[in-house]
Amino acid sequence: MKDIITVNNLTKYFKAYGKADTAAVNNVSFTLHEGETLALVGESGSGKSTIARLLTGLIKATDGNIRIYDKDICKMKRNKALELYGQIQMVFQNPAESFNPRKTLGYGIGEPLRNRGYNSAAIANKVAELLEMCGLPAELAFKYPHQVSGGQCQRAAIARALAVEPKILICDEATSSLDVTVQKQIIELLDKLRKSKNLSIIFICHNLALVQQFCNRVVVLYDGQIVEQGTPDEIINNPQAEYTKLLVDSIL
Amino acid sequence: MTSENRQVSVRNLKIKKCNTKIRLIVFSIFAIGLIAVALFADSLCPYDPYAQDLSQSYQGLSAAHIMGTDAYGRDMFSRVIVGARASILSTLALVFIIALVGTAVGTVSGYIGGKVDAVVMRISDFFLAFPGLVFALAVAALLGGGVLNAIIALAVISWPKYARVARSQTLSLKVSSFVQAAVLAGDNPPQIIFRHILPNIFGPILVTAMLDIGTMTMELAGLSFLGLGAQPPIAEWGSMMSNGRSMLQTYPWVVLSPGLAIFISVVIFNLLGDTVRDYFDPK
Repeated sequence: MKDIITVNNLTKYFKAYGKADTAAVNNVSFTLHEGETLALVGESGSGKSTIARLLTGLIKATDGNIRIYDKDICKMKRNKALELYGQIQMVFQNPAESFNPRKTLGYGIGEPLRNRGYNSAAIANKVAELLEMCGLPAELAFKYPHQVSGGQCQRAAIARALAVEPKILICDEATSSLDVTVQKQIIELLDKLRKSKNLSIIFICHNLALVQQFCNRVVVLYDGQIVEQGTPDEIINNPQAEYTKLLVDSIL
Repeated sequence: MTSENRQVSVRNLKIKKCNTKIRLIVFSIFAIGLIAVALFADSLCPYDPYAQDLSQSYQGLSAAHIMGTDAYGRDMFSRVIVGARASILSTLALVFIIALVGTAVGTVSGYIGGKVDAVVMRISDFFLAFPGLVFALAVAALLGGGVLNAIIALAVISWPKYARVARSQTLSLKVSSFVQAAVLAGDNPPQIIFRHILPNIFGPILVTAMLDIGTMTMELAGLSFLGLGAQPPIAEWGSMMSNGRSMLQTYPWVVLSPGLAIFISVVIFNLLGDTVRDYFDPK
């Protein structure tokens, strides 16, 4: 299997006034294979979301490198590499907050297309197609975020993320704020899309039980460092690190 | 809470919302009325506001001159109406300018962040730390009298308030998921500011501006009263009060008429501002 993302010795410090800088991510290395679902698991503050923001180029790494398709994105300016950054899209934690409250869902989903020079008719067609692909009626394009449910909003967010046909999808706690049945539907949708679109998914989560259902590999983070990685079964049946044991105990 | 209680409180909330709407309509009509008076002042006033007739000076209230006449025999009622133009229209222009400039500065500075933001905010702190009217006096004195210079003087000291509001809103929107999603969608910074940030900070800015109209009317009239705003013979409420102030005990209408006009317009704009705030931010 091909490696689609290679992360080497990634480190991110955040400036703290009056104290030593805190390392949100400390010397982290892992790879994402083509077509797999990789879970990043860890407690709040373990650096999961920081890694997501580093991978998408929203923030810059302090040290180390991230190679996507063998190109080091840490050395690129975001606006100079829109093509490459288009390959990596993200679904956010809070569905209600991931769309502009003053614009329709269709506007939000069509935004990446608009920025790539599509005309409005093409955008409308594509938005309808994307919504249907994510199991939503096409009329939802004319609704505002507060008019739809959390689950629908999250599906629309997935539709937006897939608008530019990315190869990599990062789900930053995309199911955490949804109830269990909706969680399951979203996960089934992601798995279906992964197969049909040949996506590689990084699934950020703190729920090992959920991870076991559909992830191929797990990376366990604690305090900005990787404490363990392996398949979900290995991690759950034979945890090595102290934190992983605690995490496994908490689900069983 | 029992279901009956809940129904009552829901109904109260609805009544409150409904009342706010009615108030909004009523005060908007009053405010539009004031602006209309200012716009069509020339055709509304019964006499030429600048025509002097010394034989008619200091006439009391009568059917011919319902607000009396001033030292030069000019009809006070006509002067108050024409004064609305200098007072209200220049206040609106002033508030529009500071809202525009303050929002632009605050949004850009908040979005860029870092050193730019630190420098811009220290500059705005500098203006906020100064007693406003004193600083405006200094600026107006430097520029000389005149309505335009008074507007400039007040604009220089008043924009930081809007910059603060816009900046704080921008800072919280900047890290929200939908703005991050827009970055991932390939929006450049101007697109993010115009598509995502400005539409979401319009409400708070509008409320701040509406609440400011009353204050600015007073400050502009204040500068004119001190002789740094509109210059005679231009009819402006502040300068009219100032011209007549020595006659307050003998011919009170010369001072009270423009005073009443200031009072009414400040009250109307303040009530409208309060209502707009209640409407946008019902708590």
